[in-house]
Formats: sequence, structure tokens, C-alpha cells
Amino acid sequence: MANRSAASASVLRVRDLRKRYKDVVAVDGIALDVSRGECFGLLGPNGAGKTTTIEICEGLTDADSGDVEVLGLRWATDAHALRQRLGIQLQETQLTDKLTVLETLQLFRSFYERGPAPDTVMSLVQLDEKRDARIAALSGGQKQRLALACALVGDPELLFLDEPTTGLDPQARRQLWDLIEEFKRTGRTIVLTTHYMEEAERLCDRVAIMDRGRILALGMPVQLIASIGVNHLIELSTGSGAQAVELGALRGIEGVRDVRADNGSIQIQAVELHRVLPALLEDLRRREISITELRTHSATLEDVFVSLTGRHLRDE
Amino acid sequence: MSDAIRVRHQIVELTLARIREFSREPEAVFWAVFFPILLTAGLGIAFRSQSAEVLKVAAASPAIVSALKQDPALDVAQMDAAQAAFALETGKVALVATEGPNGSVVYRYDDTSPDGRMARILADRAVQRAAGRIDPTTATDDLVREPGSRYVDFLVPGLVGLGIMSNAIWGLGFSIVDARRRKLTKRLVATPMSRAYYLLSYLLWRKLILMMEIAVPIGFGALAFGVPVRGRLIDLIVICVLGSLAFSALALLIASRARTIEAASGLMNLAQVPMWILSGVFFSAQRFPDAVQPFIQALPLTAVIDALRAHMLQGATLAQLVPQLATLTGWLVVCFALALKLFRWR
Repeated sequence: MANRSAASASVLRVRDLRKRYKDVVAVDGIALDVSRGECFGLLGPNGAGKTTTIEICEGLTDADSGDVEVLGLRWATDAHALRQRLGIQLQETQLTDKLTVLETLQLFRSFYERGPAPDTVMSLVQLDEKRDARIAALSGGQKQRLALACALVGDPELLFLDEPTTGLDPQARRQLWDLIEEFKRTGRTIVLTTHYMEEAERLCDRVAIMDRGRILALGMPVQLIASIGVNHLIELSTGSGAQAVELGALRGIEGVRDVRADNGSIQIQAVELHRVLPALLEDLRRREISITELRTHSATLEDVFVSLTGRHLRDE
Repeated sequence: MSDAIRVRHQIVELTLARIREFSREPEAVFWAVFFPILLTAGLGIAFRSQSAEVLKVAAASPAIVSALKQDPALDVAQMDAAQAAFALETGKVALVATEGPNGSVVYRYDDTSPDGRMARILADRAVQRAAGRIDPTTATDDLVREPGSRYVDFLVPGLVGLGIMSNAIWGLGFSIVDARRRKLTKRLVATPMSRAYYLLSYLLWRKLILMMEIAVPIGFGALAFGVPVRGRLIDLIVICVLGSLAFSALALLIASRARTIEAASGLMNLAQVPMWILSGVFFSAQRFPDAVQPFIQALPLTAVIDALRAHMLQGATLAQLVPQLATLTGWLVVCFALALKLFRWR
């Protein structure tokens, strides 16, 4: 698939990666290439194998088989050199509660041969005001920003972020997204895992959709969304109930791919909204059916996941 | 402010982090200071009346009671037979004297107890003298209470050694397992941090508290009981620092795999119990059979306590303590190397 020049420019190269824990196969033959300057996302529900995959790439977990090359180096032989060049944020780390923000950054900075000054990184993640606050006193979003800062103190070429915004409120999440985008602009490479499709769509240049240890689809978010052949979804409810509407008639409208009745509302998959919507409204007007609710949204990575697996990303 | 932030060496930052973590935990600091004071103060109460130590004995007959009261080393209580039997069983008296047939006296006591045997000698002497025995030779006492040969002199070095061991093992073990449980250790090995420096920072941090741990009991012993420190102060510090390093390395090894505080506690007790019993904290380790002596001498707590006793009581120099110092160095090197190899980082 990838040609030679793309392979040589790749910052992360994974081939046929496998890992099983006692009774579950966590990673079941994964291959991927991440090129320099790219933001690459592993998107999937909990238990899809994202964290195992990223931790193998980070040199924290040993694979059963397969090949991982990071920045052209391998963990078995070049671990120390690699650690100097990577920034890593783990899914769950409780930093020492009793240390302050600045002390924590000074500690992490001391491990690296080069990198920005601790207070520079502190400003970057907007924690200047919390400089002398103990970690115990930080909010969830502030702690996550500090964790990001700890990953940045070594001026990494490649940044691994494992579910960077899980558990944060929407505002804190958007703030973190801004920071990650800023880091992207400096031309460095990011690999992140997430189970939020908005996050993958907003941050990632390319996304691998994972489920049960395998990659189901890989590409740019727009490509993946286009691949399911549905650009838009229309949802409508009528005053007289779904029965009054002839689904067959709606299917006949040009540009409609599929129509489903679901709990009294009707879902229409449309290729082109500007053709389908006027025709749909005209049809309903002619039949004198009143509309109580009408909603449209563009297809998302969530819809891609649903079409691939029949399940939602966050099945409770 | 941007130029004020220096980048220090990681061993400095790691050790600073240890110290900050500890000093910002008020309870930990309180116990580190208060516990040695509590222990030595408790001993102070126990040894305050050492010179006036008396043995409690009981008797029913007024004649025997008055005879026993002639000896100032006996504290005599008059009790009926049932009370006296109960007092003896519960250890409240060391001996019960009763009248036997034909004016004889019967002593009931436990002959395996030093107090019991001593009470038998004193009580019999008092009874015989009251009955008219005249000692054929006159004897007078010339009392010697030389600091350095009393039990308290024996005990204080033992407690100092015990304190160094338990503080190092508990303090370090919990701290390490806690960092592992919070996945902080895993986060740290995701950086280029040196693993040896990480473990070393725990050893260095303990040295800071060590000064407090040894100064309090030794100072209290010297002031309250006149327990001597006959060797050079610098030698004493060398012994304590080396001992603490050895126990800290042992603690690293004990905590090298455990994922939970509970698992670590079990291992820490398992490692310490043999030394509490065998290493001569409260009584001489020489009491154990010759066959186990090589094992006992190889224990780090035995080495620390032997070295401390020889230094404080006999004024031994480091040159005379080479076997003990070598034992401690061996524990330090072997445990640290093993801990570094076995340590669970993830």
C-alpha cells in the first residue's frame, strides 16, 4: 500500500502487531504508518485495543509478535535514545499530590538532555497562575494540561497522547484541543487515542478505526465518512405519526439512499441535502402531513463506526 | 522570572521530590519526631526506679510477714491463701511463703523465672535470720553502678538499631508501593529518567530523617540515664548511615514487586520479625544456640546493633568494627542490585 518513500519518512511504523492477555486478544494483527508532521488518531470504543497498541509503541508493553519502529529506531536496542525524543501522556497517572506545578515540571525537565525551560512549558499550557499550587488543588482539566506539559518538557519529536480528554467537561476539553492544535502547528508528530469522534475529526489528519484488536478502516476523516456513501442524515417526526407517511414514497425521492422508521421518527440517509430536502418537504405538503420536528446532520465518524460494526462508539 | 528556573541534575530533583513529599505530610513528620521521643520516654519511666528495684512477695501468716519485712529488697503483702495463689498465677507477686508443718516454711514460686529464684533466696535469708540464724562471716556491700554495664546501656543501642531498621523499611516501602499503585512509576519510566537514580533518591532521602531518628534516642539516653557514647561522633554517624543505607536497600528489594500496600506490609513484617527476635535488641543474641550464630551474625540488624554497642559502650573505632561494616555493605550492594533488577516499573 505505502510506497517506499512514504515508508522511509514514517515516524512510526507498525507491522503485524499482536498481543494477547490471558483470555483476550488485545491486539490482533495491526499495521500502520505515521508520517512526520501528521496527527494520527486511533479511534474506537473502550476495550478496542487502543491503549495496548499505543503502549507497545511507547515501549511500555512488550508485544507478543510483530514489528515496531519508532523514529527509525527499535525499543530493544535504542530505548534510552528513544525516550529522549518522545513525549508521552498515559491514560491514568496520578502525579504526586504534594508537589507544585512548577516543581513537577522541574522534576520532569531534569530527565531530558534538552528542552524548553519548565516555566515556558507552564505558560504554554496556561498554568502560570497555578505555578505554586499543589497538584491536589488542581481541577481535572488543569491536571490534564499539566500531564500534557510533562510530555512536552523534552521538546519531543513525537508525542503520544492516550485519551487526553477523557473525563473532562466540554470546556476543558476544547481548551486542551486548542493546545494540541497549537503543538501540531509546530510541525511535530502526534499519535493519540480517543473514543470521542468529535476529537478525532477535529484533531486528526488520519484516523484508524479500531474494534476488537483490529483496524477496520484507516484514512482521512472525510474519506472515511465519504466511504459509507452517505453524506447527510435527516430525522423528522410528523404530527400524525410515522404510519401516515409512506416510506416507499420517500425512498423514491432522488438522492435518498435509505429510509428507516424508528420510534415514531423517520431517518433518511441522503447523498445530497439540497436536492432531497425540498423534494421531501414538497411531498409532505402535498399529503398534508405536518412536521413537528426536523433535524439534519452531516455524517460523522460515529456513523462510520456504526456502519462498520452495527454498534455505537460508546455503548453503555 | 523566566531565567530564574534552573535545570538541576535529576538525582537532586528526585531527592527533593522525596523530601517535599515527606515534609508536606504533617502526620509523617510528627511520627518521625514523636515516636523516638515516646519510646525513650517510656523507657525513662521503666528505668527511673532501677536502684530501688524490689520484689513483691506474699504471705498469710503475720509472723512470716514481719520476718520478710526485715529485708528492704522485698515488698511484702499479707494475703489469704486464695488471694496469694491468684497473685502468684497472675505474676503480681514473685513468691508466696506459707507455714508448713512443725514451724517449717513452704515457698511457692516459679523456678524458671529469675525474679522467682531471687525472691526465694531473699525470702529464705529473711526467714532464717528472723528465726535466729547468725551469719558466720560479716559481709558488707561496695556498690558499683558504672554507666556502660547496666541494662539501660545495653538497651539504648538496641533501640537505636531497631529504629533505623523499622523507619527505613516502613517509610520507604509504603512510599514506593504507593507510587507504583498510582502509576506514577510507569509514567516516570516513560521518560529517560535513570532507574538507578530513582531508587537512589529513596536511599538519600532517608539519610535526612536518619539524623533525627538517632539523635533523639541517643541524646535522651545520655541526658536521662547517662548512657555513654565513648566512640568518636563521626564513627557513630558512619555506622548509622551505613546501617540505614543497608536497610533502605532491603526495603527497596522488599517493595520491588508488590502492587498493593497490603502485600507489601506482609513482606515487610516477614523480613523484620526474625531480626526483632534474633538480633539482640532486648537481650543478647549470644543466648541462641551456637549452630544458628553464623546466621544471626549475618543479619543486618545484628551487625548494626553490635557495632553501636561496641562503639557507644566500649569506644570501639571503625577499624575494630570491620566485620559488621562489611556485613552492612554486603546487604546494601546485594539488595540494591537485586532491587534494580527485579523492580516492577509498570
